[in-house]
Amino acid sequence: MELDVNGQMRTFDAQPEMPLLWVLRDLLRMTGTKFGCGMALCGACTVHVDGQPVRSCITRVSTLAGKKVTTIEAMAEDSIGKRVQAAWLELGVPQCGYCQAGQIMSATSLIRQNPRPQDADIDKAMSGNICRCGTYPRIRAAIKRAADNAGSAG
Amino acid sequence: MNSMDDSDVQVINVSRRAFLGAISAVGLVLVVGCSRRDTASADPPKYGADSMPHGWVDNPLAFVAIAADGTVTVVCHRSEMGQGVRTSLPMVVADELEADWRRVQVQQAPGDEQRFGNQDTDGSRSVRHFFAPMRRCGAAARTMLEQAAAAHWGVPSGEVTAVNHEVVHGPTNRRIGYGELAVAASHLKVPAGDTLRLKAPSQFRYIGKGEVRLVDGPDIVAGRGMYGIDTVLDDMLFAVVARPPVYGGKVGSYDAAAALKVPGVVKVVEIPGTPPPSEFQPLGGVAVIARNTWAAIQGRQALKITWQDGPNVVYDSKAYRATLEQAARTPGEVVRNQGDVPAAMARAARRIEAEYYIPHMAQTPMEPPAATARIVDGLCVIWTATQAPQATRDRVSKRLAMPSENVTVNVTLLGGGFGRKSKPDYVVEAALLSREMKGVPVKVTWTREDDVQHGYYHTVSVEHLEAGLDAAGKPVAWLHRSVAPSIRSIFGPDPRHEAPFERGMGLVNVPFGIANLRVENPAAEAHTRIGWYRSVSNIPHAFAIQSFVAELAAAAGRDPKDYLLELIGPAQRVDPRTMGDSWNYTESPERYPFDTGRLRRVIETVSREAGWGRKLPPGQGLGIAAHYSFVTYVAAVVQVAVSGKGELTIPRIDVALDCGPQVNPERVRTQIEGACVMGVSNALASEITFKAGRVEQSNFNDYQVARIDAAPREIRVHLIASDFDVPLGGVGEPGVPPIAPALCNAIFAATGKRIRQLPIRDQLAAHGSQPAANG
Ligand code: FES
Ligand code: FES
Repeated sequence: MELDVNGQMRTFDAQPEMPLLWVLRDLLRMTGTKFGCGMALCGACTVHVDGQPVRSCITRVSTLAGKKVTTIEAMAEDSIGKRVQAAWLELGVPQCGYCQAGQIMSATSLIRQNPRPQDADIDKAMSGNICRCGTYPRIRAAIKRAADNAGSAG
Repeated sequence: MNSMDDSDVQVINVSRRAFLGAISAVGLVLVVGCSRRDTASADPPKYGADSMPHGWVDNPLAFVAIAADGTVTVVCHRSEMGQGVRTSLPMVVADELEADWRRVQVQQAPGDEQRFGNQDTDGSRSVRHFFAPMRRCGAAARTMLEQAAAAHWGVPSGEVTAVNHEVVHGPTNRRIGYGELAVAASHLKVPAGDTLRLKAPSQFRYIGKGEVRLVDGPDIVAGRGMYGIDTVLDDMLFAVVARPPVYGGKVGSYDAAAALKVPGVVKVVEIPGTPPPSEFQPLGGVAVIARNTWAAIQGRQALKITWQDGPNVVYDSKAYRATLEQAARTPGEVVRNQGDVPAAMARAARRIEAEYYIPHMAQTPMEPPAATARIVDGLCVIWTATQAPQATRDRVSKRLAMPSENVTVNVTLLGGGFGRKSKPDYVVEAALLSREMKGVPVKVTWTREDDVQHGYYHTVSVEHLEAGLDAAGKPVAWLHRSVAPSIRSIFGPDPRHEAPFERGMGLVNVPFGIANLRVENPAAEAHTRIGWYRSVSNIPHAFAIQSFVAELAAAAGRDPKDYLLELIGPAQRVDPRTMGDSWNYTESPERYPFDTGRLRRVIETVSREAGWGRKLPPGQGLGIAAHYSFVTYVAAVVQVAVSGKGELTIPRIDVALDCGPQVNPERVRTQIEGACVMGVSNALASEITFKAGRVEQSNFNDYQVARIDAAPREIRVHLIASDFDVPLGGVGEPGVPPIAPALCNAIFAATGKRIRQLPIRDQLAAHGSQPAANG
């Protein structure tokens, strides 16, 4: 099987119904994408498929032929993603950090679609991402910070 | 993450090998011999870090390495689970060492308490217990560098000073870098702790400033942070385990034929269980070992297992609640008694009674339990996210019948802990499965369902309170009966009563000046594994007491904040033993009395900062609660808005915290913010229930925790400034207990509806909304 992950064609042996999450983590050994629930309930496994946020734990790998998968490992090369990462560090968002890959993936696609997200937009886009450490207030602030920076940088 | 490049590290005691490896070769005996308190002289009671297994170590040979290029490596021996300890403790060492933080690396210690001192990352005590030893550790290393520089120049050591990663000779202004001094310093004797010159707080570079960024931040945001679940080894196998659905149950029979047909499944094997009390040993069950986690999960689904449930099949949360209530309405073991409560109740102008219910909860750290084990040549190596590295090592070595020195526990980042990862049952599973596979590395992953259904749950309790009020509405009698299964039930025969450490979490040590006060603890039997959950028994005790005080204030027609302050009375330092608390979070009752003045101050601060008494729109209210736990004083004001349909939002929470001096104020703030969110989860949504001995919830669909839309929109943390000569308090846990009662008190202010049962879930919808007077 072949898959475009972060701009590289990767080859592996997998059952067609294997979720992308386990292809990434166990077969390709890219562990930045996290397992949190396996049922699209927590957002820890969020990746981008053709730029859209998806929950990789319920996305069968067989549905991804010809599509581009982008993971947290490539966010530093994404113009918005890297601003999100920088805002996360500036505002000291992470606690344990386990959910943050998924949070950053969701936040990046939110800002891409909506360069000036308001609180309600943030609630809507981010409520699928659980943070058990409770970093939500800082996530909210960091999204606004990253959006400002993305906007002012044109 | 744990490995270091061998080539360029110059350990302060001469070795070119990787730092931690080198120490076991040369430094161990010295480290243990010269640093730890003499455990033989057991006469005076031990408190704080001295009272913990393996105490503390402050020897720089165990914690500091300096490479020829000047890179300083500081070992962190406590587990990082979001509290920032990998930043805060090394920062303390670096400060006393006069190291430039930009040239400091942090390395995680493996489980080895002989070498590093106690590693149990729980009880909100990492910084509290290791601030002083880590200061001495940094100061000792700094002194050795100064001595080496003085010898190098042939000048008296009094003429040299370490400043920002170099030693300066004042009279000549000569300078020499730490990297150049490392070898010479490594030949020197470690100075005795009592000869060290510690910095004055005014000289701190990093301590107390909150300007140092998280050491793991860049890795975390790039997806490079390595957690227990992320361990990757060549040829590793992946396992999940089907565990008995009832605590104490076991496998009757199983059929693995279909599971073995799942592509990728390698083997199916039974893990023997541990009958209750099963402590930290695995529950047993049937493991499916596969070439990837997905195949293992599919294989497990294909298993056919008949379980023998055992006696706990009777456990039913509804029925059990009735049992607890009955116990709470009947006199029980007296755990504190002063004055004559029955007589005072009989004389009281009014009697108020209320009962509160706080359910089981599961910690559900976002990283579920996971561990990898490999066994080669009689040596077992573990990689895992654990709060208890030494306990993990001990349990694995015992179960594998291996000497403990043959077991290495590498500690990864923890994707949250909250008490769950203090219990290494999942690590023992991995070790057993690796042995089963002839030592091949096996990673055991708990799915979220496993985590929710086979946990060590926060206890369930009924708290029954009665008060007698005089004509002015002041309490003259107080009776509290707390009924809850004890954590001790996992360690031995079920004691059926709360342990001193559970009672000391706000049950007996109520700081109220009430002449007639009685606390009872009727019996309760455990039917599942009870375990620590962030803040532990403070959660039910604070919820009940702080709700009840607000109920009394309402009955007396008084402002709840004023009433609470009056109940606490004038500032005084109370010996906790006089309140029936012999535990005191393991701290000395003299150094850590219950200081009601500090409790008053957080209440006064938070009410001022939150604008207590301010006008709010209809349907909104403010609630207040205060609680002392982990030797720290916290008060919270929660603002709620309840819509006409009973939908609740939390515009703002203010918290005032007095934990003594704050070593890393930035991380103190984040811990309190997190505690607010967890307190909101506890209050609004989280509940584990049992039916036929089985947990009824399974994942985040039915075990709910707060999401961003339900979280407080704004959290303001007000830290009480404190001198560094005040003993440190805990930070990770004490923020949680006041949140739920403050929230429910706010709901009362907003709607007139009193919540006595958690979680709130749809209790407000049932009520509808009749906005009452403003909070
Ligand atoms: S693991 Fe995919 S949403 Fe939770
Ligand atoms: S930072 Fe720990 S779960 Fe979000």
